[in-house]
Amino acid sequence: MESLITYLILGALLFCIGIFGILQHSSLIGMLIATELILNGAGLNFMAFNMFLSENPATGQIFTLFIMGVAAAETAIALSIVITVYRKFKKIMADSVSELKG
Amino acid sequence: MIAITDIISPVLVARGAFWLMVTITLTGALLAVVPRNIVHNILGLALAMFGITGIYLYLGSQFVAMMQLLIYVGAICMTYIFAIMLSPPLELELPKRRKAKVITAFFVSLVTFIVMAQMILSYKWAPVTSLSRDWSIETIGQQLLTRYFLVFELISLLLAIAIIGAIMIAGLVRRKN
Repeated sequence: MESLITYLILGALLFCIGIFGILQHSSLIGMLIATELILNGAGLNFMAFNMFLSENPATGQIFTLFIMGVAAAETAIALSIVITVYRKFKKIMADSVSELKG
Repeated sequence: MIAITDIISPVLVARGAFWLMVTITLTGALLAVVPRNIVHNILGLALAMFGITGIYLYLGSQFVAMMQLLIYVGAICMTYIFAIMLSPPLELELPKRRKAKVITAFFVSLVTFIVMAQMILSYKWAPVTSLSRDWSIETIGQQLLTRYFLVFELISLLLAIAIIGAIMIAGLVRRKN
């Protein structure tokens, strides 16, 4: 509870669960949700380093806030793309959107 | 009135609450990834974000914890729910999972985790000598508007552009049809 390693391992676990989700999900929304987990693993690492190793405790918190902002922007854009893909192809499976495959 | 800290020692309560939060986070993360129903995935994501909020409280930052709750649970999960409720992909038949894909994904993530854990455990983390313990919201606000001002403005711009872009992308196709 008091050691840096606990938090780092937890962040790494979140990151790897996110990677697992991206690789095994076939729908685009499922992959997006897994991306959020990856971003949160990164944010958790920032907060942990901030708590244990940083000289200025505001830096890590501010970076975590920025990660949240970028995640929100990413969600908005990606969801609108998913909705557009659905309207065009009537599917949200990553395998079925392959028009540019040649 | 008897508080729980009278019966069990406060340290034990704190430790138990921490591991409870870790369990909630990991359960939520697995729920966000494993089920095939997208609504279950989103609820799992909300659970995981809630657990991370608790962990941020343990890391000493109430402000970031509240922001996590507001932005992730309140905004991002809600956006996902709106996106799938307002458009019909939810009723689509999801294809059966391919076993080979799941096994490959599992091994890739397992190897990644082992490599990362190895790195984390083998490095000697030296704490800095001069730790400042100023965690207040005032400091964060002051630094946001002085040292990190440009980044702060850029994030605002990015959010505005992202929202306009999202409306344009989702709206253009409808107008064409």
